Amino acid sequence: MSRYILGRLLQAIPLFFLITLIAFGLLHLAPGDPATLLYGTEMTPDQRAQIRAAWGLDEPLPVQYVKWLGNLLRGDMGRSFVDGRPALLVIAERIPATLQLTLSGLLFALVLGLSVGIVAALKPHSALGYASTFFSTFFYSLPNFWLALLLILFFSVWLKVLPSAGIESLRGETGLADRLAHLAMPAFVVSLREMGRLIRFTRASLLDVMSQDYIRTALGKGLTMRVVTLRHALRNALIPVVTLLGLSLPQLLSGAIVVETIFAWPGIGRLVVDSAFQRNYTVLMGEIVMVSLVVIAGNLLADVAYAVIDPRIRYGK
Amino acid sequence: MAVATKTLANPIQSIVRHSADPSARFWYRFLQNRQAVLGGCVLTLIVLMALAAPLIAPGDPSRIVLGERENPPSLDHLFGTDRLGRDVFGRIVWGARVSLGISLLAVSLGSMIGILLGAVAGYASGMTDALITRAIDVMLALPTFFLLVTIQSLFPPSVMNVIVIIGITSWMAIARIVRGQFLTMKEREFVEAARCLGVRPARIVFRHILPNVSSQIIVFFTLGIADAVLVESALSFLGLGVPPYQASWGNMLNDGQIGILSGTWWVAFFPGLMILLTALSINFLGDGLQESLFK
Repeated sequence: MSRYILGRLLQAIPLFFLITLIAFGLLHLAPGDPATLLYGTEMTPDQRAQIRAAWGLDEPLPVQYVKWLGNLLRGDMGRSFVDGRPALLVIAERIPATLQLTLSGLLFALVLGLSVGIVAALKPHSALGYASTFFSTFFYSLPNFWLALLLILFFSVWLKVLPSAGIESLRGETGLADRLAHLAMPAFVVSLREMGRLIRFTRASLLDVMSQDYIRTALGKGLTMRVVTLRHALRNALIPVVTLLGLSLPQLLSGAIVVETIFAWPGIGRLVVDSAFQRNYTVLMGEIVMVSLVVIAGNLLADVAYAVIDPRIRYGK
Repeated sequence: MAVATKTLANPIQSIVRHSADPSARFWYRFLQNRQAVLGGCVLTLIVLMALAAPLIAPGDPSRIVLGERENPPSLDHLFGTDRLGRDVFGRIVWGARVSLGISLLAVSLGSMIGILLGAVAGYASGMTDALITRAIDVMLALPTFFLLVTIQSLFPPSVMNVIVIIGITSWMAIARIVRGQFLTMKEREFVEAARCLGVRPARIVFRHILPNVSSQIIVFFTLGIADAVLVESALSFLGLGVPPYQASWGNMLNDGQIGILSGTWWVAFFPGLMILLTALSINFLGDGLQESLFK
């Protein structure tokens, strides 16, 4: 088991370095050098040379990369171009809000997606069984920014029951109820695409398991359908779903960019859009590295969970 | 009675269903799938609308009429007007060209990259395969939308940029499928035969194996367009996609965003509905194709 985890870890390390290379390359391959991007073209050659020296831009690219990487590994991502604070701090203080949003979205998607998927597989000819295929594709095709605007229109503008922006009220009551009211719409929007995937995947996986020989054997030896589904089928059908969860992280975070921007949610998704408009490249680079790290860790976790649940993975090569 | 009709109806059906002609079997299965047929029809209508834009909505879609700002839907303006007095319906019709065109070209670019890399990886195996597979892993681990937003902030906004960046961030799925297919296909007898006859590797890859993988590619190409439509409109919605002066569905939603809070819902509602309809019909069509081609 520990060998398996170690192997996975070792595979993740080159992945991380490649990603830092991409993040670094992006900024330095862009037209114009960072000095120009930052301070515009109206500089005297003297000023330009000064800035380039100050930021270390006059050194050869490989040297710059190694220096940047060295700093990165010590937790120094450089300073935000906007307010001069450490980029790592700027990003880190936004993470809890994004986690709150994406994890509640994922939880909601998981509860509804799994139960609908399971019922749809067990009763394929029921109304829910037929509707589930339609709705999983529907959720998957729904533009999240449009849904967000419609929800705001309906619940905030017309019914006036839910706040349209922010993570909590700026004044007045700021308890749990207030936070939940702010969370409801953004988390719902973030969850839908995942829910669509989960419904479809769970249904297909369970249908696949139900046609296996050991299910027929279990039924043949006289076990009730209920026991066979709960003890035999479900446990095996849900194994691949674990991998899907690991892969859903980049999707959730990508969704968070749009949703956080619309709902003025103070997370890293909104930060990346703000930074893009402010051309705040240290923060942008830091975010790509940071988010990739989270994604790699998520995949690693899913792999490990998969191996814990399914011994075939651990012992097979 | 029921038995009688069954025996009458079935011979033709069963002839088609078990026909030796694969395309007859495909059409039989495809036409049985109501969602797929509906998706195909709606998509055809949307494409026709984009092609016939000058006939359906004559005149400049960006014409500003200050006297007719934020008019609700009426017979004059089917979908109302926006805050610059531009006709929302006209902009939707013309925007279809931008949104569909970008998605089509972006997915074509992505598919070419994916097919090329997937074919090389699957056929060559060894070191080349390991490298390409690693590249696929890296791209899948990168949260693509973060990357897209970052790249878009580096370059001045243009339609070309949007096509290229969506293309270079969406080739992984096809590359994976093509690689997997090539891995199994290259062991088949007809490939071995070609190799024995001294056919060059490039010709084996593109003329002998690739046509056998085409149905998989068609399915992923179709599904990819639905994703590209969503990504393009999300980028434009954020103001990081198509330049603002051009009518694309995402840009229109960006324009209509402010109106949501003041109650002029139609400016954002209709473009979003079009994005949903397009993505939904393509996904239904793609799923239908997949089921009829591979089951």
